[in-house]
Amino acid sequence: MIRSVPRSRWFNGLYLAYLVAFFLYLALPLVVTAAFAFNDAPFPSLPWKGATLDWFIADGSEGRTGFFHDSGLLAALWVSVKIAFWVTLVSVALGCGNAVLFERLDFRGKEFLYLLLLLPLVIPGVILGVSILVFYSGMANEVARAWAVELDLFRPGTPLVVMGQVSFITTLSTLVIAARLRKFNPQLEEAALNLGATPLVAWFTVTLPWLLPAIFGAAAMAFLMSFENFNTTVMLTGSDTPLTVALFNRLREGSTPVLNAAALVLMVASALLAALVLRRGSGSNA
Amino acid sequence: MRSTGKLSLWLLLTPFALWIVLLVLLPHVQMLRVSFQVRESWDTLAFGVEQYRNFFTESYYWRTFLRTGVMSLFTTLITLLIAFPVAWYIARLARGRAKGWLFLACLVPFWASELVRTYGWMILLRESGLFSAALQGLGWVDGPVEMLYNDVAVIVGLVYNGLLFMVVPLVTTLEGMDDNLVEAGYDLGGGHVTVMREIVVPWAMPGIVSGCIVVFMLTLGSYLTPILMGGKDSAWFTGQIFTQFITRFNWEQGAALGVLLLVLSSLIVWLGLKLTGQSLRKVMG
Amino acid sequence: MAVDIDLHCQDLVRRFGSHTAVNQVSLEIPAGSFFSILGPSGCGKTTLLRLLAGFDRPDSGDIMIRGQRMNDVAPNHRPVNMVFQHLALFPTMSVGDNIAYGLKRRKVPAAERRRRIAEVLEQVGLAGMEPRFPQQLSGGQRQRVALARCLVLKPTLLLLDEPLGALDLKLRDQMKVELKNLQKAFGTTFVYITHDQSEALVMSDRVAVMRDGRFDQVATPEALYREPATPFVASFVGDNNRLGGKLLAREGELAQIALADGRAISGRLADTGRHQAPAIGDRAELFIRPESLVLGASAPGHCTLRAQVRTTLFDGANSRVEVEAAGERCYVRLPQDGSVPVPEEGSSVTLAWDPQLARVFAAEAS
Repeated sequence: MIRSVPRSRWFNGLYLAYLVAFFLYLALPLVVTAAFAFNDAPFPSLPWKGATLDWFIADGSEGRTGFFHDSGLLAALWVSVKIAFWVTLVSVALGCGNAVLFERLDFRGKEFLYLLLLLPLVIPGVILGVSILVFYSGMANEVARAWAVELDLFRPGTPLVVMGQVSFITTLSTLVIAARLRKFNPQLEEAALNLGATPLVAWFTVTLPWLLPAIFGAAAMAFLMSFENFNTTVMLTGSDTPLTVALFNRLREGSTPVLNAAALVLMVASALLAALVLRRGSGSNA
Repeated sequence: MRSTGKLSLWLLLTPFALWIVLLVLLPHVQMLRVSFQVRESWDTLAFGVEQYRNFFTESYYWRTFLRTGVMSLFTTLITLLIAFPVAWYIARLARGRAKGWLFLACLVPFWASELVRTYGWMILLRESGLFSAALQGLGWVDGPVEMLYNDVAVIVGLVYNGLLFMVVPLVTTLEGMDDNLVEAGYDLGGGHVTVMREIVVPWAMPGIVSGCIVVFMLTLGSYLTPILMGGKDSAWFTGQIFTQFITRFNWEQGAALGVLLLVLSSLIVWLGLKLTGQSLRKVMG
Repeated sequence: MAVDIDLHCQDLVRRFGSHTAVNQVSLEIPAGSFFSILGPSGCGKTTLLRLLAGFDRPDSGDIMIRGQRMNDVAPNHRPVNMVFQHLALFPTMSVGDNIAYGLKRRKVPAAERRRRIAEVLEQVGLAGMEPRFPQQLSGGQRQRVALARCLVLKPTLLLLDEPLGALDLKLRDQMKVELKNLQKAFGTTFVYITHDQSEALVMSDRVAVMRDGRFDQVATPEALYREPATPFVASFVGDNNRLGGKLLAREGELAQIALADGRAISGRLADTGRHQAPAIGDRAELFIRPESLVLGASAPGHCTLRAQVRTTLFDGANSRVEVEAAGERCYVRLPQDGSVPVPEEGSSVTLAWDPQLARVFAAEAS
């Protein structure tokens, strides 16, 4: 149990073994995926045929096309980046506003609106995608039928994916920023006002810098969640598929080490992004 | 001051309202409406419950529905049982740097997307996979073993996906607990089991409920893992929704199935909150 | 043996790395007494208490409760209960359930349990509070629930870890008296640790003054105050003035000290027990309490010292004059009954005291 309560040697040993097993379970699939990106064989399975970088850099001249020359996957990667950029921008901006709204202002019906804010957390991702598809794509169909006007914006495609992801990522970014704002001492803002700042200046010089770590954290989280999202995205994507959907389609055709290479690139990129945020976070807390 | 207060309230309330109305509320109302529409000819629609009748009369639908619900609950329970000792260790026993590193190690797998994680499990579990090769190498089996494409594989994958979302809220609540509470539990004569049951679990309840809700929602709404790791008989309800919308283009039926899934998830979350005496605001906000 | 000994510790040692938190501590506590361990923060008193409760194990030495060795007994099997510093009331349980917790562990039947809970709540003055939750109670009420939760189990030994620290001053004074009364009423042996000397003096039958992991002195509150065994006890327990110098001469139990400016003062050599008495020429310290110093008037046999008045500190019955003598700051009690005129700041006054009331120690090498 806790350190100050005696435990038997047996129990300690078992506990430790359990923890080791747990972290092995956690690491195994990722390590294996990464390792097979370097296997010099057309399928990501044993036996090990030696190491190669073909699955990253081969240009297709010898029958192998590496990830960095795979125009389909690269295009999908670009689509993912675009989507993630817009989702991050919109959901963090909304998150800042919502956080201030719920932490600093008082108004009638606040409790109810707060429950609405949490609502997307208890709606399965697929349903969020489906409902947006039904509403907007259906609207585009109606408009096309009634007035023969094409609303391409509301057809399945990048804009609809962005809307679908914003619908729930906004809740998460709001919660991250609100948690930090809750720890803010309002007296600091009052001190700024007392020293002659206008409310707007006080906000930008005192409150916003305090929130910055949370805003960066929320942005990184939003970017990763958007980049990795599948359940909502798959319902709303059009011809320009983002990377996770493109990889999924490839995977259904059969796995090749190119998928492993793509997966490894994704992992490294996410890890770098996360490390960057953690570094910033620890730096500003010190 | 009063007028600026009003102004800032409206300035902040407007984007919130636009987001929640346009991206969450209206689409769901429309989905509900569409689910009650029956297509009589190519351009006429009437109100009707045909889609819902289909659901209850075709056993394939409701069987999958029940299966998805039960397996999601089961997955949530397993995830909780696996995550609790780990969260306990991180929150109460590990110290200093080890604590930070272990927590980070729990986060690492989630820098990879669900697709990558599922793909990793496929490489491990399939017939030509690593586990099969290892078992053959050890001489325990004669030929390749297929461990993918069954319910156990699906649960392994789903539990893996949910772990982080269980560990984090558990660590957060357990960290907030005073060691003295546990010590008082022992001091007054309690044993390991009693202290766990009477003091630790009630204290950690908000974290447990929050983790369970998130994991349950993720599992119920999961599409990738059951499709890729499940066998022919392990259909998942989200797969049927996808089929109706994307393959069959039968939006009315798909919307009805979507509404049913939403009702199921809301009902179970509501029941979970009621049974444990928690509120959504307390566990999620 | 005339009295039962509830707790007996022999040469307890607990080390954390190179730091020895509890160093060769031995003690004996008779049944039914109120025993306090008084010391500044970091002196090892909390560690000692946790050793007794079983949340920590000594590196060497024995803990005996009613003659039974407790070293290897788990905390939940010791006849010892603890009131934690922050009380550790279970927030998820009502007052009744908090008190019932220990009884349930002993498999006390429900009806009996209800009766005993009602009884103990009555005794601590909280009758009928069972359904309330700890969060709904005031600080003083929570205190009593924490006590009741332990006392209902009728432990041999009740450990209290500065439970009054979180209360405000007024309530703390009230609770001091109440704790003492409760201890008498229940007849349970209390081991109370605190850094607040007034808590220890008011409540205890005996007090151990602890410093750097050791006991400097174990005595009744009055003996601690009147006959401190070490300079540390003299300065830690109650207000005291310290005047340092060299030992000039000894006549029987009286000693003469030369201050830095050459003037001589005298006081009684302290009964230091195992500590060494100073030799002629050694550095020595004289302690004299503010209430033993007399302003102006001098009686035969008294020792006198001229001093400059710095300022007057008015504090009702505790009013004092701050003076400077031989480069050291001293405080003199200023009676508020008009018997002594308030001296002017900057004026010169004569301090007088009966040497029998002053204590002389060898200066501590530090």
